[in-house]
Amino acid sequence: MSVQTIPRPAPEAASPGPASYGPASEEARARAFGEALDLLRQEVIAERGREDARYIHTLIALQRGLECGGRAALAISLLPPAWPAGTAMLTTAKILENMELGHNILHGQWDWMRDPAINSATWEWDFPTPAEAWKHTHNVIHHTFTNVVGKDRDLGYTILRMSPDQPWRPAYLAQPLYAALIAPVFEWAIALYDLEVDAVATGRKSPRALLRDLGALGRKAVRQAAKDYLLFPLLSGPSALPCLLGNLTANTVRNLWAHTVIFCGHFPEGAQSFTEERIEGESRGQWYVRQAQGSANIEGGTVLHILTGNLSHQIEHHLFPDLPSNRYAQIAPRVRALCEEHGIPYTTGPLLRQYTSVWSRILRLALP
Amino acid sequence: MGTTFLTAVRGRSGRLLHAAAAALTTPLLPADYLALFDPLLGGRWPAGRVESVRPETAEATTLVIRPGRGWGGFRAGQYVPVGVDIDGVLHWRTYSLSSAPGRPGEPFALTVKALPDGLVSGRLAQDTGPGTVLRLGPAQGDFTLPEPLPERTLFLTAGIGLTPVMSMLRALARRQGGRNASAGDVVLVHSAPDRAATVFGRELRVLSRRMPWLRVHLHHTRTSGRRLTPQRLSAVCPDWRERQTWTCGPGPMLDALRQHWHEQGPAVERRLHLERFRPALPAAASGAGAEDGLIRFQRTGVDVPAGAGVPLLRAGEAAGVAMPSGCRMGICFGCVASLVQGRVRDLRTGEITGEPGTLVQTCVCTAVGTVAVDL
Ligand code: FES
Repeated sequence: MSVQTIPRPAPEAASPGPASYGPASEEARARAFGEALDLLRQEVIAERGREDARYIHTLIALQRGLECGGRAALAISLLPPAWPAGTAMLTTAKILENMELGHNILHGQWDWMRDPAINSATWEWDFPTPAEAWKHTHNVIHHTFTNVVGKDRDLGYTILRMSPDQPWRPAYLAQPLYAALIAPVFEWAIALYDLEVDAVATGRKSPRALLRDLGALGRKAVRQAAKDYLLFPLLSGPSALPCLLGNLTANTVRNLWAHTVIFCGHFPEGAQSFTEERIEGESRGQWYVRQAQGSANIEGGTVLHILTGNLSHQIEHHLFPDLPSNRYAQIAPRVRALCEEHGIPYTTGPLLRQYTSVWSRILRLALP
Repeated sequence: MGTTFLTAVRGRSGRLLHAAAAALTTPLLPADYLALFDPLLGGRWPAGRVESVRPETAEATTLVIRPGRGWGGFRAGQYVPVGVDIDGVLHWRTYSLSSAPGRPGEPFALTVKALPDGLVSGRLAQDTGPGTVLRLGPAQGDFTLPEPLPERTLFLTAGIGLTPVMSMLRALARRQGGRNASAGDVVLVHSAPDRAATVFGRELRVLSRRMPWLRVHLHHTRTSGRRLTPQRLSAVCPDWRERQTWTCGPGPMLDALRQHWHEQGPAVERRLHLERFRPALPAAASGAGAEDGLIRFQRTGVDVPAGAGVPLLRAGEAAGVAMPSGCRMGICFGCVASLVQGRVRDLRTGEITGEPGTLVQTCVCTAVGTVAVDL
């Protein structure tokens, strides 16, 4: 398909230096930025088709194949080479399932295929949080209020101080400790967090709704835990213990990885947070600007992108949460060029640098 | 008795086995893994494979399809949603089944006529070979024969509208073993342009010769130069008022028939059973512009005028429909609803889509003319 060229924005928007803008030209810049992004979005939507469908089908087959292979190998993991092989396969399967499949399908990225088997309304993932609960806290709250202090609960997940605009409390002194502690059990931390117990205290959520969500979580979590920590080990007979350890390892590594990728998405140096006043009467263009300013990318190769579920393209994902993930890499250079053109910072860097930057923020903001 | 017991035990142990396997594959089902090898094995999203293709007329084709696991069968006269993969997108349409219901898992037939600009019908009628996998929804519709059968039956069809009736006739023929006259007394009056454009023409002639209970009257509009009018119907089937009548064909024909039966009073009108390939929607309010129309919230049973540029979500909420929603700006997919009929415009892109079964984001889509959504 042909690639259409994006019209250049109005001249005033292209002039350099955000400092030279008053509020009026700020709005003009946002509008031009937003219009260019809308065109880019339309272009990708028009091109979406057979190749994209093949991508997701291949990934699903790969993930399920790896999972079967991993489970089979761990069932005989008393034999020395089977354990590392099985654990590696299962870990990779869980990472793909969580990030490239679960997260993205639940965003509705593949709903355009009209396949009920790969649809945000029917998909359930290998993660304790029920898909329904996740779609509310993540797709609605986080993606609408990205990095808005007091609105985006993902900004510190209600327990961390990730923006200097959040008032300091003494408990934050220990935040490096609990930030580190939640990483290996990230899926359970997310499951509890998604219950929004804090919202019951403020009256935004009824105790009844909390009980209902607790029930849904309980039912799902029991099945998840039983599968990995009871049934598969039992089926492995003499290999029960190594199988159990393999499953534990796979879940833990997946959790550490997901925690890393997600923290690198919004908290490295350069990713900004916003006040509630800033989003009052926000236009579509300003919404785009905020999404770009509040997110950060990770640089790397194709394998890294796939293993992060393309959340290494967090900026592109936040601009277009419903475009298929395999397209983010393709549009990233053009998004970056548009950001530069409109004087909007584009935060990106290699994994190690972004990760270090996240931790220095956690440490710095632990103090008043 | 013994076999029933055995089947029950097998069914029970089968279910237990499945529950045990599902505990290992949670949150997926074992079927999701089996479907990787063959889509027909994955019972969660039933599929069928085209076994053979038989042209009926220049435009209509019969596809014989072997259904996979999880497909629940059908009754004569019903239709089935079919998902056809075109460039990565599953396009869903419903088609009437033309074969008689068989045993579970037995192949069935769909007869499809290529519409002038029908993306899916064209693909199915002209471009689908044996081996193609199609997705299947559950058979539905109550255009079916009652039990016990009426003593006197009239089938009144035109064009491709013969399909569901063909399924009924074949079922009757199979059931009667061909000789027994207790199928009652069945008259089929079918209208088609000419002999060549008559679907199942040969089989109808054979059936009417072999089945003493069946009388077939074929009306050819092009050859005779005349349409099938109520007067002519009286000539070929004088006792039509006393018959239970099943009719299927183009919308205007059905409207005319309904009116005609209505005029005979409620006792006669009650004997008329209609099948439309598209549900009838009320026309837009008079005096409205071309873009104005109506939003029908199908399940709630509420009709709302479609204001230009007003998202379906807001129109529904204003009318008191319980609308699901989330971000209200097109990013969370918390508001999707299935389109039953009509076309919508995505306010962000201006793109117009309008296929039944499409999931639309009601917060950013507005009605183009008259639409119905499944809410
Ligand atoms: S309400 Fe979020 S996409 Fe419509």
